[in-house]
Amino acid sequence: MNDFFKLTASDVDFYYGDFKALKNVSLNFIEKEVMALIGPSGCGKSTFLRCINRMNDLISGTRVDGSIVLDNVDIYNDRIDVVNLRKKVGMVFQKPNPFPKSIFENVAYGLRVNGIRDKNAIAGMVEKSLIQAALFDEVKDRLKDSALGLSGGQQQRLCIARALAVEPEILLMDEPASALDPIATQKIEELIHQLKKDYTIIIVTHNMQQAARVSDKTAFFYMGELVEVNKTDTLFTKPEKIQTEEYITGRFG
Amino acid sequence: MIFNRKTTEKTVHSMFFLITTVSLTVLSLIMLFLFTESIPLFETVSIKDFLFGEFWYPTDEPAEFGILSLIIGSLYVTIISSVIAIPLGLMTAIYLAEIASERMAEIVKPIVEMLASLPSIVIGFFGMVVISPLLQETFDVPIGLNLFNASLMLAFMIIPTICSLSEDAIHSVPVALKEASLALGATHLETIIKVVIPASISGICTAVILGMSRAIGETMVVLMIAGGAAMIPTSIFDPVRPMPASIAAEMAETPFGGEHYHALFATGLVLFIFTLMFNMVAAYISNKYRQVGEASL
Repeated sequence: MNDFFKLTASDVDFYYGDFKALKNVSLNFIEKEVMALIGPSGCGKSTFLRCINRMNDLISGTRVDGSIVLDNVDIYNDRIDVVNLRKKVGMVFQKPNPFPKSIFENVAYGLRVNGIRDKNAIAGMVEKSLIQAALFDEVKDRLKDSALGLSGGQQQRLCIARALAVEPEILLMDEPASALDPIATQKIEELIHQLKKDYTIIIVTHNMQQAARVSDKTAFFYMGELVEVNKTDTLFTKPEKIQTEEYITGRFG
Repeated sequence: MIFNRKTTEKTVHSMFFLITTVSLTVLSLIMLFLFTESIPLFETVSIKDFLFGEFWYPTDEPAEFGILSLIIGSLYVTIISSVIAIPLGLMTAIYLAEIASERMAEIVKPIVEMLASLPSIVIGFFGMVVISPLLQETFDVPIGLNLFNASLMLAFMIIPTICSLSEDAIHSVPVALKEASLALGATHLETIIKVVIPASISGICTAVILGMSRAIGETMVVLMIAGGAAMIPTSIFDPVRPMPASIAAEMAETPFGGEHYHALFATGLVLFIFTLMFNMVAAYISNKYRQVGEASL
């Protein structure tokens, strides 16, 4: 175990019933770095991401072996409170999934469930989070309007603001731009650049150019195994493994 | 060939149109009949005396046709049965949709739906034979066939309706919304209360109102166990005479075409207006709060 790493996954195996979706994955994350997880569909990258905030707990018949250690605490320890873990590890999903509430209430939701009652504090945090997510200027005059009236890209930034409001330390992003058009995607990518000053970000993406643009490190998954992890520049220019090279040059996947 | 296909299509379309027309025509004729048979009453009794008259003495000389006590009887059984059935039905629905394990839900759901198929006469019989003596003993009331007994039995009749429709609504809340809530550090309970229920509120309201409309229109249970006294109740252990019970009990006894006969049709019309209002409110709510669901792009 190394204090240097914010998050350490060691020998993680993951099962959906009898199907082994992750095989012996070990991966370390440094604080305030962006790690991209790439690989073909079904390679286990999203499954791995969802192990980090224990979102897979919701699926019955799943099992995790190995350990994932966050700030020197094993998050699969029985005494861990999943609710606290999820406050520390925020998540942005593939499809924008705002609540059918107002823009303001969407961002305030996480604060309210975490016991913050002070109205001024909530208003301040909501504004701060919306500014952080580069959405505030677009919505400041209609915070009371339904979030469902926003465009897809705005909704996704709202979901990012919502995750940031809880002040997590790690931000998990599961293909956050895959449902968005190129302009909205660019905004999300710019946002990731801003956010990495304060957060450790782990992003799953199908888009290799995106991985190359936003991440410091990239991990390539294939068939449930971690094939290769390296600095993004190195991985994309001088991959060590033949599978990585074939994937990034588009020969399969 | 092409010509033949077109002809077949047209024939099928006309057939469906014809069948639809037949069903709608029959329904409208029934409604028309209800109106035409009610109207003659108002030649002798004013609408105000009919709706707000306290005394229902249809066979006296002179007869009195005030259905206020019948309307109040209907409203009371509906309200009290709803007060019992809504929390029970809703909580069962939440349990089945959100909390119970898949296996548990698989076992319990069919049982709830089976309850919905219990014939109302069986429920009425149960209320008469089991609940009525029980009430007399427990609460020391003179009559076991009363407002409370009828409401209780009606509640058990409408719980399956409320439960099963709410369960569908709750179940259809997108997983993405629940995940979003949990990922923000909300507990399962907070997620249910603050996300799942608000997202399915239109379906839940519809379920509740349809359940209530079933309760107000139900005949056999109230005929058997509401007690049948046309009076405005002062306690929940007083007997009442809801509108459907009055119609069912008296229709066979009354001379065709007489004042009493028309008064019963007019009562049916009032009942129809009530259930129509319930259904319209249900339709309005489900439109207004229609679940927009997962974000669309």
